[in-house]
Amino acid sequence: MSKYIATRAIRGANALVTEAEVMLQRAMAEKGPDTTVAFPNTAYYLPMILGMTGIEVDKLGQLPEILQHARSLLHPMPSERKWTPYLGETLDGGMATLLAAEIIEAIRFLYGTEPEQMPGFDLSGGTIYGNGNGAAGHLNGPIDDIQLRSWGIQLVDGRMPGFAAIVGAAKSNEVAVKIIRELQRRNILTFLSGNVNGRSIIHQLAEEGVELGYNTFTVPFGTDTISAIYALGFAARSALTFGGMKGGQARDILMYNKDRVFAFVLALGEVDDLKYAAAAGAINFGFPVIADTLIPQILPTGITSYEHVLSMPWNEISGADDMEKAERLVQKCIEVRGVKIQIADVPVPVPYGAAFEGEVVRKADMRIEFGGKKSRAFEYLRMVDMDEVEDGKIEVIGPDIDEVEVGGAIDLGILIKVAGRKMQSDFEPVLERQVHYFINGGSGIQHIGQRDIAWIRISKGAADKGFTLKHFGDILYARFHSDFGSIVDKVQIEIFTDPDQNAEWLEKARAAYDFRNQRLADLTDERVDLFYSCTLCQSFAPNHVCVISPQRLGLCGAYNWLDCKASYEINPTGPNQPIPKGREIDASKGYWEGPTEFVQQASHGQVEEVSMYSIMENPMTACGCFECIVMVVPEANGVMVVSREDPSMTPAGMTFSTLAGVAGGGLQSPGVMGVGKYYLTSPKFISTDGGFKRVVWMSTFLKESMAEEFKAVAEREGDPDLINKIADETVCTEVDELLVHLEEVGHPALTMDSMF
Amino acid sequence: MAKKERTMDERTIDPASKEMLIRADELGLGTAFHRAEAMPPCNIGAAGMCCKFCGMGPCRLTKDGSTGVCGATIDTIQARNLVRAIAAGSAAHSDHGRDMAFTLKAVANGETEGYVLRDIAKLRTVAAFYDIPIEGRSPEEIANDLADLYIAQFGQQKGELAPIRRATEKRQKLWRELGVVPRGIDREVVESLHRTHMGDDQHVPHLLEQAVRTSMTDGWGGSIIATDIADILFGTPAPVVGQANLGVLKDDMVNVVVHGHEPLLSQMMVVASQDPEIIEYAEAAGAKGVNMSGICCTANEILVRQGVPAAGNFLQQELAILTGAVEAMVVDVQCIMQALVSLSENFHTKVITTSPKVRITNATHIEFNEHKALTIAKDILKVAIDNYKNRGETQIPDVRSDLVPGFSHEYINYMLGGTYRSSFRPLNDAIMSGRIRGVAAIVGCNNPRSTQDHFHTYVTKELLKQDVLVVETGCGAIAAAKLGLLLGEAGLDKVGPGLREICETIGIPPVLHMGSCVDNSRILTVLTQMAEEGGLGDDIDQIPAVGLAPEWMSEKALAIATYCVASGAYVIFGGSSPLSGMPDRVSDSDLVLNYLSVEWENLYGGKLEFINEADEMVQKTLEHIDKKRAALKLPEYDASKFGKSGDARMGELESLSFEEQQKALYGVPA
Repeated sequence: MSKYIATRAIRGANALVTEAEVMLQRAMAEKGPDTTVAFPNTAYYLPMILGMTGIEVDKLGQLPEILQHARSLLHPMPSERKWTPYLGETLDGGMATLLAAEIIEAIRFLYGTEPEQMPGFDLSGGTIYGNGNGAAGHLNGPIDDIQLRSWGIQLVDGRMPGFAAIVGAAKSNEVAVKIIRELQRRNILTFLSGNVNGRSIIHQLAEEGVELGYNTFTVPFGTDTISAIYALGFAARSALTFGGMKGGQARDILMYNKDRVFAFVLALGEVDDLKYAAAAGAINFGFPVIADTLIPQILPTGITSYEHVLSMPWNEISGADDMEKAERLVQKCIEVRGVKIQIADVPVPVPYGAAFEGEVVRKADMRIEFGGKKSRAFEYLRMVDMDEVEDGKIEVIGPDIDEVEVGGAIDLGILIKVAGRKMQSDFEPVLERQVHYFINGGSGIQHIGQRDIAWIRISKGAADKGFTLKHFGDILYARFHSDFGSIVDKVQIEIFTDPDQNAEWLEKARAAYDFRNQRLADLTDERVDLFYSCTLCQSFAPNHVCVISPQRLGLCGAYNWLDCKASYEINPTGPNQPIPKGREIDASKGYWEGPTEFVQQASHGQVEEVSMYSIMENPMTACGCFECIVMVVPEANGVMVVSREDPSMTPAGMTFSTLAGVAGGGLQSPGVMGVGKYYLTSPKFISTDGGFKRVVWMSTFLKESMAEEFKAVAEREGDPDLINKIADETVCTEVDELLVHLEEVGHPALTMDSMF
Repeated sequence: MAKKERTMDERTIDPASKEMLIRADELGLGTAFHRAEAMPPCNIGAAGMCCKFCGMGPCRLTKDGSTGVCGATIDTIQARNLVRAIAAGSAAHSDHGRDMAFTLKAVANGETEGYVLRDIAKLRTVAAFYDIPIEGRSPEEIANDLADLYIAQFGQQKGELAPIRRATEKRQKLWRELGVVPRGIDREVVESLHRTHMGDDQHVPHLLEQAVRTSMTDGWGGSIIATDIADILFGTPAPVVGQANLGVLKDDMVNVVVHGHEPLLSQMMVVASQDPEIIEYAEAAGAKGVNMSGICCTANEILVRQGVPAAGNFLQQELAILTGAVEAMVVDVQCIMQALVSLSENFHTKVITTSPKVRITNATHIEFNEHKALTIAKDILKVAIDNYKNRGETQIPDVRSDLVPGFSHEYINYMLGGTYRSSFRPLNDAIMSGRIRGVAAIVGCNNPRSTQDHFHTYVTKELLKQDVLVVETGCGAIAAAKLGLLLGEAGLDKVGPGLREICETIGIPPVLHMGSCVDNSRILTVLTQMAEEGGLGDDIDQIPAVGLAPEWMSEKALAIATYCVASGAYVIFGGSSPLSGMPDRVSDSDLVLNYLSVEWENLYGGKLEFINEADEMVQKTLEHIDKKRAALKLPEYDASKFGKSGDARMGELESLSFEEQQKALYGVPA
């Protein structure tokens, strides 16, 4: 700290704790101690309080104890002369501030003043609170658990290199937009809160029409500093979700964030007492603070990995204009936190980055579309010999978009020819699937689907900036080289809008899709000698290991066996290592010597044995990024499957978020397993325990989004009506009701052998 | 050797001391300063070349090849002298620890008066370290077990001293390999006395191995025990504001100066001095109350815990009496000059001895015991108050400095990260980056053979300018305090740019006062924790750190030096070496001296050297620090890279009007 910051932070902390005390007293008097308090979209109670104290707060009456603890962390401000040390005391004040801030937000939820209302504002993806307004008219409040989990894998694999908590307001609207664009360009998740004299960066961005929400990686929390607590609550939850930590392991949670979560605070505009106090709280997490105004600097390191507090007074940043200064400021933030950025320079006339992946192009804003209802679009990546590819050649064959009327649709084919000494035909689908992510990264471009069900839209805004069909080629060329350079040496792209060529290649593509489908169907665990590990998430969940086989993909759904194979080629020392199956121990349960030894060593002795096909006996562990949770329902002699999109109650008496606490963190808990949703369709899905017929309950989200796949599974299992026999949240959320339902429909699980 | 009276500037750099020495001259009274001038040291004894261990001698070995009557060579005699000194020094610290352990036991059994188990957290931490069960047990039960364990360390005959396990793994392994782990505290001291008796151990490496083993009963035995228990009974120190120097004596209050080393009585006297009964009693005697202050390490014990002022360090014990304002000087053990009593006869001051171990002819003896501690403390204060009426003319120097002491290793841990993130990481980081070049522990006594406080403060000030963080204990700490170096303010303008950033970040003085001389055990703990934190090697000998005792004089200092060497530290002693030999006249008379430097470094990674020049001490310190930095592959020290943190610009900003501030907030365009 510095004495100046210590003085102001401790003063701010005292003020906020006092404010929380006053609010709490009033709430206790008006609502009573038994009133329920909660953040509505997380199962982690009040996450900061849970993380730091281990107390699961759900009643107002539990808060005075917490606040008393916060008060005990407050110290006097340092004296003018003969001061005693203040760093530890200031950090304590920061922690008190966070606890008090979370209490204040909880009370605001109780009184209905959270999430903060903002008439006319529309979230681009965010928490829908049960007030009937959907995503309109309010800021987001805390991040919900579902979003936290779905971002998890991106945070660990580096696609999302870190998060920024912006507090305050930028010098101008223009600067605010530029800062956000710079962060988005680097795929940094950005949380917005706070204001300067009533004006928040959220106002600035909203005025400039910047889309804010989960979809654009920019989440508006609230226009006061107190709402910045959600950023740190998010940090605390990521340690609980992915780090296998339990509430109350305060020091571990803080160290986890220091070592693994690349986050920083960017204070825009004048820093007041409360902001200093909140900053002291953030420093406890190892998050540095950067300000665009003149504040004291704290350059020595230790609580944070690099500098603690940096002052970059706006007028002193070098740069020709405000835009350049904004760029430098963001650059510095990244440097200070040691955020690792991989960025491909993609030469297109629109902003480009993963933060734009979630953007939606609405019909009214659409310049042109390919695929969907009115036309057809397909993508086909094929491996060819080196001399058949002219690297960098991009051809558009047929009319370009300017020849189509506004809002119109035409057929499109994208043919990508790649060659490389380490390329294998098995990698074709792996690379082809990337087209979706690559093309979606353009701002104003929307890509949905794959293969011959691709559906692409270009917005009017993007077209106005000069985006044409050729730019699809530019994007793909740049990204394949930067992301897959070690297996792809040459890339050539042909884009067909010409109907004849299009039809010709569509036929070839379909033949290839069929061939690949057959290859995948043939690719069984028995036919390979190697499985692959995935320890990507160990940066977050240090003891978790995925063993990925052809018939069991990674629990995040992002890595199947072929992906791992390609990934190993790209980075032979990376997180996906081949695991020779080795001597068979019990193939029916999925035990081989190789995976056993690998998991022992890679889990640092936490897991001694792992069965590939059982949920009951040594089930595979999970990090926290799983797409769904499978859990035994003993009364039904079967299992239920809850998808992470499903917020409802389940027959286990817990929601997905609560269950996730049991399933994650790299701990083996028989009877509970986090899995990728496509594993549900595998013949090896808990085959030891009876397979898919054990599924007695499943979230409707899964039933609906994978209807075709499950139909095939039901047929394979010899019970074509099986899916209809499986209950879901619309049928029941209680075990008793479930049993009644299963009896009624004659679910096979009831007559199967006992699971125990 | 001609007797030469020194100038005031040669005697001391402390203005309060000077004023009292002038007064002594005016009154025709002698002090240690005067006696040192009148009594040149025996040059043969000073070189360690005299043996008086048996009736065949004393033997003076002043020629090439000469031996004692028994045939003992110069190096054997020097080594035996050193072993005996270390045995005495270790015995002093350890006996202090023993008294603490017995008191803890008595407190746990409810047999004392006035004491409580104050720091339960520390009790539990310490007990848990030794695998004493703590869950579900009362503090008294835990304290009882801990006291038993600690008491057992003294009489233990076999095995290993338990606190050894507090060293780094690597150091423990080294000690075991070298066979120097002490078996029991008393056993090693007794064996040292035995081995140095006429006709026993007469092989230098073997003797010096026992020197190490014995010293470790102090640093990794008695001293750790003393510190732990003092913290448990009186609270683990945390920073407080205090004052130091003779100016803390009060004209209108009953001045009671505690002097010596143990906190058992002095802590109780602090409590008693605030008792309404005593205040009333003092007021009835015409005083405004009782003003407690301390000299030497007893001063440090109550200074670091309660901020009770320190009247001075070792060489100021007589000077305090010379003020004529001290009603009673209450002493316990160690470093108490017999001269106090005869000097006090010229004033009204009563010198009161309290330890069953220490009586001084003609002093008042009021024996202390923990069972009636508070009553005895009050009785002593009443004797002092009764004496107030006898006070004659006084002269209290108007010299005192503020200071912020109280840096226990527990607090250092806290201050570097708060309740939730406490660790040594920021300190290690600061050293690794080069903001802090290294650490110097400057400890030890005063010695009237050198200018009082000069070496201490000169070396301290020079090292601070070189970005060396200084930790201090004992009389050295009081010396620095008197110069204002123990204040946060000193961290802003008396230090190099990198150290300034650290001081300003944490709010610490550049010199950290860690307690009394038994609290050197805290320094060992800090160094161990630094090694365990990572980034600075895996043992103390790799850390860029040096220990210095620039004005040493007691046998305890030699014990401290030796256990620090055994722990891996480079130790520099100022002043003369007790085994310097006379290498210019008698060949091989410096074998032992060289052994302590060269061989000990080979064995332990630490070494002991005697340097009589302040600049050379600074230079050697920096050389060693830079050598260790290089070995760790840390960046070369470069002060110009640092200094950009801090509040300096905020002052400018705050001096502006509100409108101007709003503009200036975004800085000044380049």
